Amino acid sequence: MNAFQQYFYDLAQTHPKWNFIYFYDPVQTWRVADGLWMTIQLSVVCVIFSVVIGVVGAWIQGAHSKPLRLVMQGYIQFFRNTPPLVQLMFFYFALGQFTPTYAPDGWLEVPIISNVGWAIISLSFFAGAFNVEIFRAGIEAVPESTQEAAEALGMNRLQIYIYIVLPLAFRVSLPALNNNLVNLVKTTTQALAIAVPELLYQMISIYNDYSTAQNACMLFLFFAYFLLVGILVLGMSRWERGMRIPGYGS
Amino acid sequence: MTNSDWTPDQPLVSIKDVHKSFGDLEVLKGVTLDVRQGEVICIIGPSGSGKSTLIRCVNALNTIDSGSIKVEGIEVNDPALDKLELRKNVGMVFQQYNLFPHKTALENVMMAPIKVLKQSVEEAEERARVLIKRVNLVGKENSYPGELSGGQQQRVAIARSLAMNPDVMLFDEVTAALDPETVNEVLLAIKDLAQDGMTCILVTHEMGFAREVADHIYFTDRGVIVEHGPPSTFFTEATDPRTQEFLSQIL
Amino acid sequence: MKSISKSGKASRDRFNATDLAVLKPFKYNQAGQVQDLQFSHWLAEFSPRSLLIIALLFLLWPGLAMAQSNYSFAQALDALWRWLPFIVTKGFLLNLIVSFLTMFIGTIAGVLLGLGQVSPLRPLARLSWLITQLFRNSPWLVLLFIVMLALPFEIEIGGEIYPIPDWLKAVFGLALPIMANISEIVRGAIVSVPTGQWEAAESLAYSRQQTLWMVILPQCFKRMIPPWMNWYAILTMATPLISLLGVEEIITLSRQAMEAEDNHPELLVPFFGFALIIFFAYCYPIARLTIRLEKRFVVRQ
Repeated sequence: MNAFQQYFYDLAQTHPKWNFIYFYDPVQTWRVADGLWMTIQLSVVCVIFSVVIGVVGAWIQGAHSKPLRLVMQGYIQFFRNTPPLVQLMFFYFALGQFTPTYAPDGWLEVPIISNVGWAIISLSFFAGAFNVEIFRAGIEAVPESTQEAAEALGMNRLQIYIYIVLPLAFRVSLPALNNNLVNLVKTTTQALAIAVPELLYQMISIYNDYSTAQNACMLFLFFAYFLLVGILVLGMSRWERGMRIPGYGS
Repeated sequence: MTNSDWTPDQPLVSIKDVHKSFGDLEVLKGVTLDVRQGEVICIIGPSGSGKSTLIRCVNALNTIDSGSIKVEGIEVNDPALDKLELRKNVGMVFQQYNLFPHKTALENVMMAPIKVLKQSVEEAEERARVLIKRVNLVGKENSYPGELSGGQQQRVAIARSLAMNPDVMLFDEVTAALDPETVNEVLLAIKDLAQDGMTCILVTHEMGFAREVADHIYFTDRGVIVEHGPPSTFFTEATDPRTQEFLSQIL
Repeated sequence: MKSISKSGKASRDRFNATDLAVLKPFKYNQAGQVQDLQFSHWLAEFSPRSLLIIALLFLLWPGLAMAQSNYSFAQALDALWRWLPFIVTKGFLLNLIVSFLTMFIGTIAGVLLGLGQVSPLRPLARLSWLITQLFRNSPWLVLLFIVMLALPFEIEIGGEIYPIPDWLKAVFGLALPIMANISEIVRGAIVSVPTGQWEAAESLAYSRQQTLWMVILPQCFKRMIPPWMNWYAILTMATPLISLLGVEEIITLSRQAMEAEDNHPELLVPFFGFALIIFFAYCYPIARLTIRLEKRFVVRQ
């Protein structure tokens, strides 16, 4: 054990309520690292999927077919107006029972969508529902006259959408999008309910095993999420500033 | 893209008895006019007379209900028309400049040639720089539209349309939204263009400009052409009472 | 002969900002107002008829999915019907009580914190800002865990021992992020009052305190109500989180009921579906009311 770890080990002996076990016990350190990694993975994957859902959904919302638009409305209403926790549970327990299973070792039936899979699905659709609206508002902020000018230059509808509408809509939606993404990272903690081994879950497991580590674990959680969200918010505002259209909004 | 029958001695743009309604409101009630190659035409008239609608029909931004518009012999009203091809030959500058705010001035001018004409980046850039010089904006190539004044933006818009090498340029009240100081710089750019032989159709309120540069002036009111003539006679020998009333109000 | 110029505004120096907006205003997030009012907007857009249709869908759809099983869907619905009074009166009611208490405590603390943020005392303003950001950016679940583990399960006041029930601890846990968000609403409302008001009050020899309490806050009050109600709806939606900490509210009791009914998988959709529906049914009128109030309180400058 190096000096850092030794310090915390000694601290745990003298102050029984402050057992920073994850600093000196490699097994617990790995648990924390695993949890952190899972949170990061979950966040990244859900962010990517939710943005894709948002773009596709915004496009569908502008479609000509009314039934398609109604379906999209229904999707948005459902995911925006129900508790994400209950969505997670509903997906995993209620829908999960219908997923087909396969047996990798010939004996145990494993469903093809694991609890992590359902968490990704549920959280992506949850954030995606907000994204659809964000992107729709962004697309509508691009004046028709600008699109008309592009049309007068001979660009076809697809070119206008890709080179004019989307870049502008994206820049304008960025602040709201970032807000939504930060929210998504915070919501990943609720995946605990379906036993996804993210950070909160791991820390709880640690202090369930070592009750003296309770305070230390809670402290860690508080600062860990503070840092995680803080870094994200800082990074996002940096990105926003980099993406600013010079002259607009000043 | 030109009709193989068309020859330069025929009118470049031929508008015949065009009718256009927006719902119940009939905006164009039978407009006929011809524009020969190299001519500069000014269309003047009170608001609501259908001037903007008319020139928007020339590059198929609005569809006409009846009549015919032919650009270089090709019928614009034809539903089978490839609009994109038409727009390579007809350039348009709008009242609201409509530059792409996320691209620099240079990129704005380069964008359509690259994406639509499939030019190479170097080719498009070279031509763009030439055009920016032509509209007197050297030094502003890397500025974003948000950083330019109205007049500067409008000149970039002109350069952007010119980059497509059109045969005819349409100008829809391009100075109406500008501060008085900046109107002149834009008019100078258009005058320059006209003197180089570009066929131009302008909808404008700038009478001084029309008098100086136009080959022919058309006065429209309530969807019809009331009177027309060369500037030398139009302003002084207008016969129709509506024309006289309009001219007395603005001159 | 004048040229007719539509703008008429004098050019500004250096970079002449154009008169025409380069982009139209982005209507998702309005500057100066708290976002998230969109939640209520979305909720309220549901017409009562579509609400009924969705409720029916929830009940009908599983029937299609459960083709063959010994325990029929009708039996599941029957079980739900029997457990309904229990789940609603002992479960959902607790959710509501928690939401009321949390909102009460959170609002008081939030108003104080919000006033702290606009205080001229720099240290106080910075501290308030820090606390607000801290609790706004933390996941609600983490805060819940921390508070519920940190608070003792009984306290001694003047020789008497008072037990603190777990739902009360949950109230404190949820009150923290609510406090932070209310603080932001208050700050946003105060900041959105035109500076002209401050100047007018100052020229009438009002002290800062007087200005705040007699001129600014009364104007803010109306502005704050819709976002405040919006957060109440969000909070109510978040109360199921306390089930993860063992508090016996609607989700916990639903799961207990399903256990009592031998955990047939056919029960999952009706019971969870019901939970979704009852939350929706509660928050929907609130959302409509919020929108109505927002329209009534539209600030005319």
